[in-house]
Amino acid sequence: MKGTDIRKLMRQNIRDYAMYIALVFIMGIFAVMTQGVFISSRNISNLLNQTGYIAVLAVGMTLVIVIRHFDMSVGFLSGFLGAIAAIAMVGWGFPSWLAILLVLVLGIIAGLITAFPIARLGIPAFVATLAGWLIYRGALLLVTLRTGTIIIPDKFFDAIGNGYIPDILPTDALIPGMHKLTLLLGLIAAVWFIARAVIDRRNKKAYDFEVLSMDLFVVKMVFMTVVIGAITWVLAGYNGLSWTVVILIVIVLVYDFIMNQTVLGRRIYAVGGNPEAAELSGISVKKITFLVFGSMGLLTGVCGVLFASRLQSATTTGGTLFELDAIASAYIGGVSAAGGVGKVTGAIIGALVYMTLMNGMNLLGTDISLQYIIRGAVLAAAVIFDVTTSKAKRY
Amino acid sequence: MNPTILEMRKITKTFPGVMALSDVTFSVRQGEIHGLVGENGAGKSTLMKVLSGVYPHGSYSGDIVLDGAVQEFRGIADSEKVGIAIIYQELALVPDLSVYENILLGNEIKRGITIDWNATIKKATEMLKKVRLDLNPATKIRELSVGKRQLIEIAKALSRDVKLLILDEPTAALNEDDCENLLEIIKGLRDSGVTCVLISHKLKEVIKIADTVTVLRDGKTICTLDAHKGEVAEGVIIKHMVGREIDNIYPRRTSAVSDEIVLEAKNWQAYSPNEGRNILKGIDFKLRKGEIVGFAGLMGSGRTELAKSIFGNPDGYAITGELFVNGKKRRFANPKEAIAAGIAYATEDRKGNGLILIQDVKQNITLANISSLAQRGVVDKNAEIKVANEYKTALSIKTPSIAQLVVNLSGGNQQKVSVAKWLFVKPDILILDEPTRGIDVGAKYEIYTIMNRLVEQGMSIIMISSELPEVLGMSDRVYVIASGKMVGELPVAEATQEKIMSLATNY
Repeated sequence: MKGTDIRKLMRQNIRDYAMYIALVFIMGIFAVMTQGVFISSRNISNLLNQTGYIAVLAVGMTLVIVIRHFDMSVGFLSGFLGAIAAIAMVGWGFPSWLAILLVLVLGIIAGLITAFPIARLGIPAFVATLAGWLIYRGALLLVTLRTGTIIIPDKFFDAIGNGYIPDILPTDALIPGMHKLTLLLGLIAAVWFIARAVIDRRNKKAYDFEVLSMDLFVVKMVFMTVVIGAITWVLAGYNGLSWTVVILIVIVLVYDFIMNQTVLGRRIYAVGGNPEAAELSGISVKKITFLVFGSMGLLTGVCGVLFASRLQSATTTGGTLFELDAIASAYIGGVSAAGGVGKVTGAIIGALVYMTLMNGMNLLGTDISLQYIIRGAVLAAAVIFDVTTSKAKRY
Repeated sequence: MNPTILEMRKITKTFPGVMALSDVTFSVRQGEIHGLVGENGAGKSTLMKVLSGVYPHGSYSGDIVLDGAVQEFRGIADSEKVGIAIIYQELALVPDLSVYENILLGNEIKRGITIDWNATIKKATEMLKKVRLDLNPATKIRELSVGKRQLIEIAKALSRDVKLLILDEPTAALNEDDCENLLEIIKGLRDSGVTCVLISHKLKEVIKIADTVTVLRDGKTICTLDAHKGEVAEGVIIKHMVGREIDNIYPRRTSAVSDEIVLEAKNWQAYSPNEGRNILKGIDFKLRKGEIVGFAGLMGSGRTELAKSIFGNPDGYAITGELFVNGKKRRFANPKEAIAAGIAYATEDRKGNGLILIQDVKQNITLANISSLAQRGVVDKNAEIKVANEYKTALSIKTPSIAQLVVNLSGGNQQKVSVAKWLFVKPDILILDEPTRGIDVGAKYEIYTIMNRLVEQGMSIIMISSELPEVLGMSDRVYVIASGKMVGELPVAEATQEKIMSLATNY
């Protein structure tokens, strides 16, 4: 029985598991090849901060791809919005919070403008957003024309991409050298995760749904606890949780909640799964399209802020190729080009896989030419794996 | 008498669970116009797909004999090579290419590796003459009417030295003048030696020009009638077409229809900008509380378009006319408004635009009314499971769990999910478009029982159906729609299969 149980589990969730396995596998290889440098606290912390701004875009892109579109314009838009934030603070003397708010609002507006030709006029997303790509690239060059790179001297703003959460007990009396608040948060996360899983399992059982056998459930819980514990331990060994990671976690929680628990999430998946059926079920496909592109714009604003903050400046080339990194991350994360399938958590893992490859290969000093080839191969492998397993999934 | 050019012997073709053709024999003589008639689903299209190689040799049993030689087509290219050409209802022209490019498409006249455009234009002009079209061959297809496009298709077939020309519902989308013209041209082709097979629902046309008529019913050849012996007459054909036994037993219902009118359309017209024609030409009907009204008619008669135009008009037709819901004049801008007004529409194409196949049973059932299960936008998943389980039991949906993906269910159970979805919006008026298409007898009976229960509870149902026994067995009243017009209204007591078919084919 046990064997068939595991096999069934593997078959039904192969895509999710494969992604985690691939991530662990890739990380393992880099850990060995760099003699441990890769999994040092410092590097992992660095990797997560690098992943942050792409992961944020990948979350938005996943929703866009779920409703059968995609968005080329977000890379330079994020660069442009980052530059606007810099100009607002440096040139117009805005306080940092106001500059951030401005950029987020502009992001939403830009997203809605992108949605207009797509939702209202039926213009293919590729063309509409390619136009956006060109326009925002030009706009970025235009606003940085006189100044070139704009240095941002604002401490608060720069902390978003480089700072860490403060510690509650900055003393070495207890667990020396570790970031205590991070450890505490890790513990809370693990407890919360297990509690939710237990409640979920009980609910499912009450409705006679299939659940994991008790042994497998325990194995899964132990595994997840170990993963959360390990990540927490590694981060606590450096500076603790960075603000970037905190922002990312908040975004993932909010988006995952929206997609899985709310009417809006249902409608987004319905529009992606079968737009005609959704329309005939009283769902406005246009409205959903505007909302999803609006959310993409908002997240592009977040990405712009994160990136400018990380560099502590806005550059003339900010955001170059981010859109393609985000699209690749979303696909590695399991979103389906046929629409209606894709998870927010998948996008994060996809972004991690993608950025791990970059980070690891940089550590190894791999030539950039080879880096591109390997990233391309991983993307192709992920999508091929998707297509072949989703055929087998029709059990 | 001319020799036989084509003989299809004992053709049997099965699909999983269905025998589409069983021992069909079909023979066509040289130089005749042969009408092929039958109800929707009688097997005409399947037979022609076997003949043209769409279903390759080996996927059916029986022999195709052309000019005395047995043919084994592996694809359409093979049948084209020996001179068989089929012109489908949906035309296969490239709208942005010119007339001459289309006529020689796939059959280009080459000089070396380049196309000889002068020879192409010359040949195209000759072909246009044969179909009596006087137009500039450089015209783009997009600029032509449907009637002219139909003729271009024929010209295209003629350019390939066709021996046997098969026309599938060529006049369905044409106006009267274009129909006349087309029939004349078909006669002209026959006189010049091209053998034609004409598949048509319009019996008048068939009777007018066919030399021989073969009737198919339920995948079998019923009879072949010879016009020159005076065997071809409308009554005879209809009798053979509908002669099906009423093999399903229909559950009885006891409730009485009230006098209250819940839905009424007056002079309802719709123009489709995509197709560039009027698809509904002034329709009037009434639906009473607690009533099942059957909308009968042939495929393409405009019944689905009528339902959609009422149900929020998602295809963007230009509509004129009046619609009354519970006595109030209404017009719905989108399906959402129609649902809010208590109307539900379960589509004809379950898989295409009815269900979300990659989602599970429970999500499909709750889709159209998910807001009712949510508080401040957050879905109460326990309540959702409860609702889904209630409908699963009430409609006896056979699925291991409501978490099963809909794509894995049988057709009958998918249909029940679709019905459940619309019952959950608690409508007053339910439009069911081909509710039992493609599902087995047991599941059909269950659907009928559900329908009876609903009208007994005071719901009103419009049932669009191409199956006449079902229309007669379930309806209180029957409307017959043909070519976008309401051509008849019959109380069920006076309706017979023959009467309905005669109305539906007489336009």
